[in-house]
Amino acid sequence: MSSSWIGKSVKRLEDPALLTGRGQFVDDIHIPGTLHAAFVRSPHAHARIANIDKSGALSFAGVHAVYTFEDLPDALTARPLPELQPNSLMRAAVMPFALARDEVCHVGAPVAVVLADDRYIAEDALEHIVVDYEVLPAAVDVFDAAEPGAATAHAHLDDNLAADIRIGYGDADAAFMNPHLIIDERFVQHRGTAHPIECRAVQAQFDELTDTMRLWANTQTPHLYKAAYADLMDVPEQNVMVIAPDVGGGFGPKVMLYPEQLVVPACALLTGRPVKWTEDRREHFITATMERDQHWRGELAVDADGTIRGLRAEMLHDMGAHAMWGIVTPWISCTTVPGPYVLPSYQMHCRVVMTNKVAVTPVRGAGRPQAAYFIERLLDRAADALGLGRDEIRRRNYVQPEQMPYEVGLIFRDGRPVVYDTGDYPELARLALEKSDWAGFRERQRAARAEGRYLGIGVASYIEATGLGPFEGTSVHVLPSGRVAVHTGAAPQGQGHQTMLAQVVADALGARLEDITVKTSDTVTIPRGVGTFASRITPNASPAAHEAGLSVKTKIRKVASHMLEAAEEDLEVEDGRVFIRGVREHGKTFAEIAKFANALPGFALPKGLDPVLQDTVYFAPEQATYPCGTHVAEVEVDPALGAVRILRYVTAHDCGTIINPVSVEAQVMGGVAHGVGNALLERMVYDDAGQPLTVNFGEYLLPSAPEVPCVEQTHMESPTPLNPLGAKGAGEGGTIPAIAVIVSAIEDALAPFDVQINDVPVTPDRLLALIDESTEESH
Amino acid sequence: MNQTWDVTVSVNGAPVQATVPVRQSLADFLRHTLELTGTHVGCEHGVCGACTVLLDGRSVRSCLTLAVQANGHSITTIEGLAGDAELGPLQQAFMDQHALQCGFCTPGMLATLTEFLREHPAPTEHEVRLAISGNLCRCTGYENIVRAALQAAPALYASGTQGGVPGASE
Repeated sequence: MSSSWIGKSVKRLEDPALLTGRGQFVDDIHIPGTLHAAFVRSPHAHARIANIDKSGALSFAGVHAVYTFEDLPDALTARPLPELQPNSLMRAAVMPFALARDEVCHVGAPVAVVLADDRYIAEDALEHIVVDYEVLPAAVDVFDAAEPGAATAHAHLDDNLAADIRIGYGDADAAFMNPHLIIDERFVQHRGTAHPIECRAVQAQFDELTDTMRLWANTQTPHLYKAAYADLMDVPEQNVMVIAPDVGGGFGPKVMLYPEQLVVPACALLTGRPVKWTEDRREHFITATMERDQHWRGELAVDADGTIRGLRAEMLHDMGAHAMWGIVTPWISCTTVPGPYVLPSYQMHCRVVMTNKVAVTPVRGAGRPQAAYFIERLLDRAADALGLGRDEIRRRNYVQPEQMPYEVGLIFRDGRPVVYDTGDYPELARLALEKSDWAGFRERQRAARAEGRYLGIGVASYIEATGLGPFEGTSVHVLPSGRVAVHTGAAPQGQGHQTMLAQVVADALGARLEDITVKTSDTVTIPRGVGTFASRITPNASPAAHEAGLSVKTKIRKVASHMLEAAEEDLEVEDGRVFIRGVREHGKTFAEIAKFANALPGFALPKGLDPVLQDTVYFAPEQATYPCGTHVAEVEVDPALGAVRILRYVTAHDCGTIINPVSVEAQVMGGVAHGVGNALLERMVYDDAGQPLTVNFGEYLLPSAPEVPCVEQTHMESPTPLNPLGAKGAGEGGTIPAIAVIVSAIEDALAPFDVQINDVPVTPDRLLALIDESTEESH
Repeated sequence: MNQTWDVTVSVNGAPVQATVPVRQSLADFLRHTLELTGTHVGCEHGVCGACTVLLDGRSVRSCLTLAVQANGHSITTIEGLAGDAELGPLQQAFMDQHALQCGFCTPGMLATLTEFLREHPAPTEHEVRLAISGNLCRCTGYENIVRAALQAAPALYASGTQGGVPGASE
């Protein structure tokens, strides 16, 4: 191989279209004759629907139909949405119907749909649909909801306990016999959602002639959508096509199958017209799945030298109303707690509780930021109590590189044991501490305090399970033009998968990068796919691309061997050409080879040659692969305003073999920004009746440019043995320790006020209240 | 509500005459009537900035501007930013610096920065951050957008009437 594309910061193939307005997002697709959908949504957290009068809307000019549950095709009234993550540990798993049947279980639940000539008319008509609700008691506060006799989130259930999870290993109780120190703390991470800047959208066109349903949706899982639709509607899978065109961010919630994804095609079937629905931001606030929202309590037993002996913990997870992604999030949280540390014994009791809110499903980090926050903050408190440095207590507990592969003692959510594959945790910490000048911080802090400024520093380490199964596939096809068509079930939302896969294929196949076109997220182009979540595309789709590229290269060699009358082993493949080793000018281009293989109509193909220079490989990983790292944040807090400014943010990160460095760095930056939001700003607030109070970007703040720091990055590359490229996922590691490290730094800055922050996000008003409380106590 | 109004607008340098519903947003007019779908709608309440376009060279939220308000004015969208070139200097800088991931907020970022950089030949990083503080991006963490703006600043300032926006430097 003369040049390797893997490891190069290649400029993205995706960018020219997106920079000139030629991208194609779902709402950009205009099919003549389209009807526009708008939804009547429940204004109540929990209610029974007594009656729906749609006559007022039907009389509107430009309104074509109004549908409620009874109007839906039988397939959608017979069953609710499918459970996508069934789990035998679930005591109850309630899924919604496509439109509410008789009960609504969160504000925003779809009740009826209006179809009109345009969205303006559809929204006008919504106001004239009269729904009589009989309001039911709602389960809102998760602690109340967990109590016996509490109002239930679903009328037919006796309680709100969706699952009761007990996991652990070792003898935690023995660890608590005479430990030097026990830290006992409670921590809360409030809920929020991912808020990709593009809201959800679905467009459906039913082609009667071919009996085919075409669906465009900005989903992270087009194949899952196709399979679920075909299954639910009982139609052959090949009669359903799903395309996720350009998708404006995902971060988790777009993985789910939502009611609107079934209602919109149902409307296309019922009306015989194409139907489009594009969510508005208020709808996104009340319907898109959310995350975090966990209440933790833990006791950490440590020896005098800071060595961890054991952890006993309990956690209450607010699942919301529906089991949209089963118990995946709390399971990941519980199994991520040991993190990069040797935790000799661990006992966890987690209760997953239903409430009348939008479902909780993974958002960037997927339960791990909470787990990291929990263990990291416990370590901070232990360090403070022991008079140890917060860096030192970590150093004394990291899993050492010579312990790899390291079996933690838990079963992960993929059904396999949690086994850390590669990585040098102490070295990553050393790199981050050195780069941030940790050693010089106390001097900086003293100097600042002399000027009346409050600086603080925090450190946090993490691991992340990425590249979950079951598989992802990539097909590579050298066309008679010499161009290379690559297709994959992996569905990007901005990560740059097309560029990354082009780099991998160029190397494996010996093709020129500019000859490669990667198309993603179209179910017609590749029979199976899983989708984009769990930072799983790089470790799954790129090994598949690598193996498919190698396989097609073998086919190309075979044809070229025939054409060049040379043995296959004497042939080299480079830059889209095959030539005899040492005789570079004696060769054939991919175009010549593919045309030859394709042969002339009627002529015989030489024996043993494959006419199609194509292969599809599905890579199925044995288990998750574990990136790791350490973050350090230095902040300044203004105790008069409660304002926090992040002065420096340093990361040391290892995601195995890096395919495109600039993409990996960008994933870390974006991930950290998400963590900044979770730490300082983003808080979804409900009133006592379950009414969401933060339903626009004025009330729910996302981080904007001035709040987000530059991220100073260092990378190590410890390839995983779990796939042929050695690559791990990079999408979420930036988020996982960010909350812990920022809050740790704030607490450090406010040490003179003795403020303890257990509840995040820590907004300015909250910080001022904590400072006031602490000051009052000391008087 | 169903009242319409005749408007004459210059869009990316081309004259457009249309009869628009009086309540139609400029964003919907551009996206649905003119099929210039490069302008994106992210929140419809004027906060996220994705829908930002230039009206007589000044950045406006096209979700909060009515199509009728554009009557007699000149609109520049992402489709017109490069003029006759494949990519203008700011777009090229976005590509060079990997300043976009999903690309959904990008049209608004480009519009906001086009206006800002025309008047700030050598902005500091902090000034760029303040300039785009009304444009939300969920993918990039902003850092590369800031770098792209700093890269493009000299060329944009020199261009004066970037993107064929007449009278923009008043």
